[in-house]
Amino acid sequence: MDLVSPNPGLIFWTAITFLILLFILKKYAWKPILKAVNDRENSIESALLRAEAVREEMSRLTSENESLLKQARAERDTILAEATKVKNQIIADAKEAAQKEGARQLEIARIEINNQKAIAMADVKNQVAALSLDIAEKVLRKQFEDQKKQDELVRDLLKDVKLS
Amino acid sequence: MINGSILKSKILNISLICAFFLAFGAFTAKASEPEKKAEKFDAGKTAMEHITDKHEWHFLGEKVVVPLPIILYTDKGLEFFSSEKFNPEGNIYKGKYYNYSLEHDKVKVVDAEGKVDEAATKKVWDFSITQNVAGMWLSGLVLLFVFLSASAAYKKRAGKAPKGLQSFVEPVILFIRDDVALPNIGVKYERFMPLLLTVFFFILINNFFGMIPFFPGGYNLTGNIAVTFTLAFIIFLVINLNGNKYYWKHIFSPNPWWLFPIMIPVEIVGIFSKPIALMIRLFANMLAGHIVIISLISLIFIFNTIWIAPVSVGFALFIDVIEVLVVFLQAYVFTILSALFIGMAVQEHHDEAHQEVI
Repeated sequence: MDLVSPNPGLIFWTAITFLILLFILKKYAWKPILKAVNDRENSIESALLRAEAVREEMSRLTSENESLLKQARAERDTILAEATKVKNQIIADAKEAAQKEGARQLEIARIEINNQKAIAMADVKNQVAALSLDIAEKVLRKQFEDQKKQDELVRDLLKDVKLS
Repeated sequence: MINGSILKSKILNISLICAFFLAFGAFTAKASEPEKKAEKFDAGKTAMEHITDKHEWHFLGEKVVVPLPIILYTDKGLEFFSSEKFNPEGNIYKGKYYNYSLEHDKVKVVDAEGKVDEAATKKVWDFSITQNVAGMWLSGLVLLFVFLSASAAYKKRAGKAPKGLQSFVEPVILFIRDDVALPNIGVKYERFMPLLLTVFFFILINNFFGMIPFFPGGYNLTGNIAVTFTLAFIIFLVINLNGNKYYWKHIFSPNPWWLFPIMIPVEIVGIFSKPIALMIRLFANMLAGHIVIISLISLIFIFNTIWIAPVSVGFALFIDVIEVLVVFLQAYVFTILSALFIGMAVQEHHDEAHQEVI
């Protein structure tokens, strides 16, 4: 019967001890420990969430980069194509212009040459005429130095003249 | 497998430790044997002596005994003296108000010839610092040391992973929080966490110290009905002071109305039977373990031969290993049932509470 009849002294001391223990541990151990554990759990969770968000952001950025790159490449291609076109155009234009200019120059040169040729021909003609006259004069003068010859010529000339 | 071998080696280690303690206990018990050689060995008496509270601390069996203060509250005033005054056994101490003697570790008022005066004894309240009280204080100091230093570590290493003592206590604290308090109490669990944690660790450490046959153990605190009564009474107060309207409605207005005469008395008994179940479960389990082990060791002295010792020690070792499990199990069961009862008292929905009882 001793076993199941609680001793009031032990009840008293147990109650006091337990309540003091509860009070001290609650204030200085359980609350700080549970708070620290909770804080850590929260921080881990928020860190995980943040990591997830960052990963999403990263993938978003990567895809954005890729599309930007693609766009840039396409733009570069169009620019290059355009530039080639423009270059060809310029070359063609320049060729055409050069051809035109050349033709014009040639034309001018030809005209000039013709002019010069004409002038030169005229000159030559004049000179030939003058020279011929000179020569003729000199020849005539030589021929007609003696009278006899003059007379002969007149005769000849007269012979040719047929009086109709 | 690797796990299996680790488990086996752990069990082996625990067994070795227990065997050491047991051998030591057996040795000390044997050492005290020759004094009682004349009378026949009484196993029941030995067992009772081992499991009841004492006014001196048996550090090492009966060889190293430390006297403890005796505090008596009599009808005439307080008495305060050392338990040494009762030595040698049966000595009568002349106090300020009465003469006292120790009989079966109970302080009795006696007259000059040593005759027990039962009427006067009833007026004397024994508030002595007994072996149980001293052991409880020691275990309390150990708890304070462990958890205050763990708490300091949390403050110092805020936000970091647990280390050392922290990683030792944290899984247990989280276990109490996530597997005991949260599922049984629900959203209001945070208010009851300090109580549940204190109850769990108080019972656990005292169960463990009870398993050690010498200092710092050697006492039987959780197998003492006064202690389990106090703990259960505290739980009783917490349950009923926190009971919400659903809890009281469940008790005082059963459905349908014509069950009133049966259900109200049943529910009222239920209020008290819950903490009483807590009290008796812990008390009986721990006491039974102590009695079984001391009985097995007593076999050596009943047969009065050393050759029975291997059998005794083997069986006692077996029970001791089971007790290591029981130590955890009873602390856990007490805590989870406290949480369950508190949860039933604070839960908002009547129907859910009812389902959990089933």
